[in-house]
Amino acid sequence: MSTARTVFVIAGLTLQEAVRRRVLRAIVVMTVVLLTLSAWGFYRLDAEFGTFTTGEARIAASTVLNLVMFGLSLIAALGTAFLAGPTMAGEIESGIALAVMTRPVRRAAVLLGKWLGLVVFGSGFVVVAGLGQLVIVRATVGYWPPHPATGLALLAAQTTVLLTLGLLLSTVISPMASGIVAVGLFGATWIAGVVGMVGEAFGNPGVAQVGTVSRMLLPTDGLWRGAMHSFQHPGLAQFPAFEDSPFLSMSPLTATYLGWSALWVALALGLAGLAFQRRDL
Amino acid sequence: MTTDHTARPAAGTALDVADHLLATLPPASAVWCSGLRKRYRRQTAVDDVSFTVARGEVLGLLGPNGAGKTSVIKILLGLVRPDAGEVLLLGRPGTDPQARRRVGYLPELFRYQPWLTAAEVLDLHVRLAGAAVPDAERRDCLALVGLADRAGDRVGGFSKGMQQRLGLAVALVARPELVVLDEPTSALDPLGRADVRDLLLSLKTRQVAVLLNSHLIGEVERVCDRVVILDKGRVAAAGTLPELLGQRELRLRLDGVGAPAEARLAAAGRLTRDGDGYTVALPADPDPTTVPDLVADLVALGVRVHAVEPGHISLEERLLDILRTGSSEEHR
Repeated sequence: MSTARTVFVIAGLTLQEAVRRRVLRAIVVMTVVLLTLSAWGFYRLDAEFGTFTTGEARIAASTVLNLVMFGLSLIAALGTAFLAGPTMAGEIESGIALAVMTRPVRRAAVLLGKWLGLVVFGSGFVVVAGLGQLVIVRATVGYWPPHPATGLALLAAQTTVLLTLGLLLSTVISPMASGIVAVGLFGATWIAGVVGMVGEAFGNPGVAQVGTVSRMLLPTDGLWRGAMHSFQHPGLAQFPAFEDSPFLSMSPLTATYLGWSALWVALALGLAGLAFQRRDL
Repeated sequence: MTTDHTARPAAGTALDVADHLLATLPPASAVWCSGLRKRYRRQTAVDDVSFTVARGEVLGLLGPNGAGKTSVIKILLGLVRPDAGEVLLLGRPGTDPQARRRVGYLPELFRYQPWLTAAEVLDLHVRLAGAAVPDAERRDCLALVGLADRAGDRVGGFSKGMQQRLGLAVALVARPELVVLDEPTSALDPLGRADVRDLLLSLKTRQVAVLLNSHLIGEVERVCDRVVILDKGRVAAAGTLPELLGQRELRLRLDGVGAPAEARLAAAGRLTRDGDGYTVALPADPDPTTVPDLVADLVALGVRVHAVEPGHISLEERLLDILRTGSSEEHR
């Protein structure tokens, strides 16, 4: 059987698993709760602060939108990390992998199929839930972000980075541990990013470096900042006071950083492939 | 130009001849492995294991717990990387995934995607094997293992026994030429065990090679053509059942045995005596006339015959004997 067919068969199987397992229901429930709360919040924002100028209202909407998007990206991160972990390590532990891996398939093809299935699932979630959120904001406060497609694509890329990490971890450690470590690293990078911003604000290059280095080691936070930049109102750049907000980003992503993120994913996937290839099942 | 024109047909003929030669060769063994070794940290699991399973042959893999049977099977199927040794499956190197195109496997630890139905599990394996198996044949395969009426049920709700039956169907669905069964009856009731035995016999008649690892020696004895006994990771003994079980014996209860009668008994085979009980060791495949002739001669010599009982050394006795004495070279 050709390698490409194996990849697609396993990708399809992974999507089927995601849809049929409880994790999807949990994600849907969390998302609906978050979207409902945000709809109510934006509606109140508009009603209570009717005295805002248009500019002020947009800035408020931008900030709150980014905050809610962060919540969404967190759901996507938790969901995919806890899907990606069990999917490899759990199948190896339970024995499900034994029957599959003795078919005429390459291990790398099975891994790539899992990855592809998870990427489609994670990106699909981010796009559907993110678009829902944008529509809610538009309907309640009349704000529409400048680059919605880029923003959603970057959120999907962030999810992809995290699930690739989850997959890499799951080829070497137990399913639960891989989910926890992936989400922990995701949180740590975000905090390191905030620490870096504080460093920049106080003109401390040493502390600012923390954010830069962590953004290189795990590109989730960098991509998240790029996504925020695409969602927020372009006029915000004129207000240096907002520079320190963890939910606003003053500069767009560079092509180099995007290139690095793609390379990071390829490297992590390659490493996962090597670890999986050498592993005794 | 001219050389080109003349060379081509010549090369074509040579290739045709080679193809013809290859086509007329007997098919490669179902399994060929040589010098397999595997260490897990400080524990040697498999130590210089070599054996062959011929096409259409049923080979039993026997041995105590921790003898390395499952490790050997996993090495053959590419699940575990050996530290040394070579594997050929159906004539292809074991490192090539295509070697497993016509191989079916029921693992000792059998688990299938709980979110799929039984029929979907079979569909998945048919697709992964790249085989063209019509729907009706897949259903027949489920029916063969007694799961026809559970085809649409999720595997998550299956009992262990049902999952093992599904595992058998998975091993058989892609028209295998080699089936590897690791403890195929561990979760089955007596009825299920009988079903598996019938299944093995039907595979044998269809010339499908089977590598069977089982604790149930009776099962192995009934269906296997040959047996490999592993102990502490090494091949302790290997051979066909008659080779391994060796001689048969004849137990007699006699009285009035004179010297000529005793000489006649000794002529039939090695004789041991315990009171009025006499035991004669016979060759593995005795002539059908040996026993009646012996009895007729004894009666003619005035011996009174109370009982004549053909003895058969069971595989279980032989296995215990081999494992206890730990003799290896002698039985190879």
